[in-house]
Amino acid sequence: MFAPEFEYHKAATVAEAIQLLSSIEDSKLLAGGHSLLPLLKLRLARPSALIDIGGISELKGITINDESVRIGALTTHRQLMASHDLEHACSLLGNAAGGIGDTQVRNRGTIGGNIVHADPASDWPAVLTALDAKFTIQGAGGATRTVEPGDFFVGPLTTTLGEQEILTSIEVPTLGHHQRAEYAKMAHPASGFAVVGSAVVVSIHDGKCTSARIAVGGLVPAPVRMVSVEAALIGKELNSENIAEAASHASEDLTGEILGDFFASAEYRKAMAEVEIRHSLFHATEVHHH
Amino acid sequence: MTKLGVTLTMTTRIFGSGIRRREDPRLMTGQATYTDDISLAGMVHAAILRSPHAHAKINSIDTSAAKSAPGVLAVYTSADTVGVLNPIPCAWQPPDSDIKAVDHHALAVDVVRYVGDAVAVVVAENRYQAEDALELITVDYSAMPAVVNPKAAMDAGAPQLHADAPNNQAFHWVVAGGDTDAAFAEAAGSQNHVVVTDTIIQQRLIPNAVEPRSAVANWQWSMGELTLWSTSQNPHICRFLCSLVTGIGEHKIRIIAVDVGGGFGSKIPMYADEMLAVFCSMQLRRPVKWTATRSEGYMATIHGRDHVQNVELAATKDGKITGLRASVYAGMGAFLSTAGPGVPTILHGLMYSGPYEIPNIRGDIYGVFTNTTPVDAYRGAGRPEATFLLERMMDLLAVELDIDPVELRRRNLIQPFEDGHDVSTGLTYDSGNYQATLDLAMQHVDYPALRKEQEKERSEGHYMGIGVSTYCEICGLGPSQVAGAVGFGGGLWESATVRFYATGKVNVYVGISPHGQGEETTFAQIVSDELGVPVDDIEVIHGDTDLTPMGWGTYGSRSTVVGGGALALSTRKIKDKGIALAAHLLEAAEEDIQYEDGKFFVRGSPDQSKTIQDIALMANVAWNMPEGMEPGLEATTFYDPPNFSYPFGAHVAVVSVDAENGHIVLLRYVAVDDCGPQINPVIVEGQVQGGVVQGAGQALWEGVVYDDNGQLLTGSMMDYAVPKAHLLPNIEVLSTVTPSPHNPLGVKGIGETGSIASTVSIYNAVIDALRPLGVTRLEMPLSPQRVWQAIQQAKGA
Repeated sequence: MFAPEFEYHKAATVAEAIQLLSSIEDSKLLAGGHSLLPLLKLRLARPSALIDIGGISELKGITINDESVRIGALTTHRQLMASHDLEHACSLLGNAAGGIGDTQVRNRGTIGGNIVHADPASDWPAVLTALDAKFTIQGAGGATRTVEPGDFFVGPLTTTLGEQEILTSIEVPTLGHHQRAEYAKMAHPASGFAVVGSAVVVSIHDGKCTSARIAVGGLVPAPVRMVSVEAALIGKELNSENIAEAASHASEDLTGEILGDFFASAEYRKAMAEVEIRHSLFHATEVHHH
Repeated sequence: MTKLGVTLTMTTRIFGSGIRRREDPRLMTGQATYTDDISLAGMVHAAILRSPHAHAKINSIDTSAAKSAPGVLAVYTSADTVGVLNPIPCAWQPPDSDIKAVDHHALAVDVVRYVGDAVAVVVAENRYQAEDALELITVDYSAMPAVVNPKAAMDAGAPQLHADAPNNQAFHWVVAGGDTDAAFAEAAGSQNHVVVTDTIIQQRLIPNAVEPRSAVANWQWSMGELTLWSTSQNPHICRFLCSLVTGIGEHKIRIIAVDVGGGFGSKIPMYADEMLAVFCSMQLRRPVKWTATRSEGYMATIHGRDHVQNVELAATKDGKITGLRASVYAGMGAFLSTAGPGVPTILHGLMYSGPYEIPNIRGDIYGVFTNTTPVDAYRGAGRPEATFLLERMMDLLAVELDIDPVELRRRNLIQPFEDGHDVSTGLTYDSGNYQATLDLAMQHVDYPALRKEQEKERSEGHYMGIGVSTYCEICGLGPSQVAGAVGFGGGLWESATVRFYATGKVNVYVGISPHGQGEETTFAQIVSDELGVPVDDIEVIHGDTDLTPMGWGTYGSRSTVVGGGALALSTRKIKDKGIALAAHLLEAAEEDIQYEDGKFFVRGSPDQSKTIQDIALMANVAWNMPEGMEPGLEATTFYDPPNFSYPFGAHVAVVSVDAENGHIVLLRYVAVDDCGPQINPVIVEGQVQGGVVQGAGQALWEGVVYDDNGQLLTGSMMDYAVPKAHLLPNIEVLSTVTPSPHNPLGVKGIGETGSIASTVSIYNAVIDALRPLGVTRLEMPLSPQRVWQAIQQAKGA
């Protein structure tokens, strides 16, 4: 656990960070360090320089208005978990944050760092996909662009973020009174990462589901929208039978690559996707299945 | 007055009092000193290049680039060490076992035999430079086929590890008592008997002490003296073996184990790495530090368990066991670790009777070389594997005969005994009342009510299971004569010195080497209880071979039994001298002096007394000693126990299994253990809880995975799952007290019972839960996928 040699720079502003990123070849941004530092210590990553953005205040904090929640990329999991305002605006953010890693990891790890690392077993990619989040990205010259999770996550440790770009914030629509959102995951007993995770956001009017966004992670290279499951829920009462029926469509949406290892094979994970989708819908709608 | 005195004695007796561990403040506030905290002037740092192959021929090693890298002082390979360092010895070689103690060189010679096998060592001014230089060493390997499963390694055509060990057989050891073949022949030909069989996989485990291994070697060439700070459970054994490996006289070696952050057996062995640190220090005449990283430890620190067991149990139809027969393939790894061969033999096979009357027993134990990390003692060491074997077979027999598993155990338990009971494996247990622990456990959980609850859960489609294990284990190692007879390369006695100063304060020096077990506290309690000195006036010193008298170390739940025995006898010598000196000072005859609660007085005249502090002062100043009495108040005892200790108990696990995803929840865990009188019940409870959690780890989460090429897939804590607090229930710890007649305090070891009894009680509970689904066996760890797949298969069948 001894990292190879690297230069260290501390950036005071986003512009400075982008300038450093552009001028130093093979440089990497350092936020909370909870993905990058282990890779360095295992000598699996060998950047020539780390550009520490941890002190850039414009990248921190949670801002809430009637329509949306804006989360600075450097906001820690702990801050999301502990925010009382978020409980009302979008409770799923705090709930999901609380299930990440352990106290130490949540204290240091950032939502932005997690997203750009794009570990398929992370929780945020699926959660933010279900929440219909928008990522704001700043590039050289100060230009910004907005991208949806579906256009951001490409595969394991791979995103569409440019080499000289910084993810600056995440915007999530606030949840209305008629909406329910939950995340259920099967956590790996060693790492706590998702073997399978399912995030759901459903709207309920007059006892019937009027819209649904469901995304799964952990078993796929990048989060997958469960459009067949969503379609099966629309217009239905969210009771135990209808939820089970809808979840049974999961395999129709999981036609791409499924990840597997000795702890959980692809076959098992695929079967568990249906189970976790059910669990997340049960929790969201407070239906007890036993 | 007397009555009051008795009452006070009863309520304030320090022996049996759950006082706080005096070790904890320094451990919990960061003031502990671990080996890696040692820093010496001129110290340099070693890093070890390890084989990425499980089995390969080394064609060449090019160290030239590494040697000229910044900060590098030296790079060594086996070309440098062979002939200077002797091979790392295997110190437990069971007799009559055709054992092949193949040479284990500190650095691989020509062939690497497991992922992690040491190939070269770099010494540099700092660790980063050493790690950078490792990357500059070029090794040309020719990969060879590898074998990782101990059963498969003995098959014809399997890759061969050592020319001297055909079929990879490291040894074949037999335990036999009665006439087992006759018992099975009778069972086979009888309507009144049944035989149940199973193949049990004791998966390989990685010990996870909080502190990785570390060594600081300081060769003081001008004096020809070596000081080695080492994360050892047994510094005196370390000194002994270090002398054999390096050729340095034992009198010129000082081993210091400062605070050691747990071991669980993994810090018993002599490792190549520590000897490489010594070698480097001797070559460079500089102090050298080496500290393992966590993932390095996963490859290069011993593993535990790793058995494939083929087992048969014969019984009458009314549930009386008539015979047990087992063939066990015990993976030893690529080399025989220090105590490795003793674990599946002496500490395992000899315990095949457990707490039961089993008249006929035969076990064929094959130690097997595989292309894996060497295997040695891991908490419980052989007894968890034996208890699992017995308790699994008991449950199979219970199902076969449709007898309640608790009732079946009752029919076979040895009847209570107070002073010795012979079992057919040849052991003589010290004392036991197995029924009492089982009764207490059943009463505590209200077993009939629990079974009713299970019925109700089942009727509602829920899978709840109850698992029971009754166990007896061998620990408190042990009589040295027996150690010699079973091939242990050392003694198993202990020593303890009690030294009083003029001020009445006490230093205790012990040969054992606690590293988390709390003997700094419990040993002070023993002295305080025996001699009436306030517990805070007693300091326990351990872990430094230049300070402490000889001892064989802390493992095998022996510290309190054997080391505590030596200590108790030393306090009694102090008491005897105190009586003689008090008689002189009080001008009375020795036989008229009474000792009570730290006071010596003439019988009937307690007002005129000499306290132990008075005696300590007078003995130390020696102004007025009786004729012929030596000055000072100090005693040392070398204590060799007449027998092992045999703690026992009954454990109950209650689980629920979620059939849709295979998840197991441990709902409840009850441990009833009997370790005789408890010096500190809080520490006992802590030991039981920790042991139970480690055993639960084996049942539910832990397991080493190698791929077919011998690559370690569980190479870090990202993949190897140790138990987490939030996955465990409150563990209910109860006890009974059956003193051992075979040591001065009547105590039995308690450090390992939890891990011995818990794995199989949880396993049995899970199988019990899944019985309605038709699942009869599973491999551990009982991962959700395995459980789910078994349910799918059972449903499909």
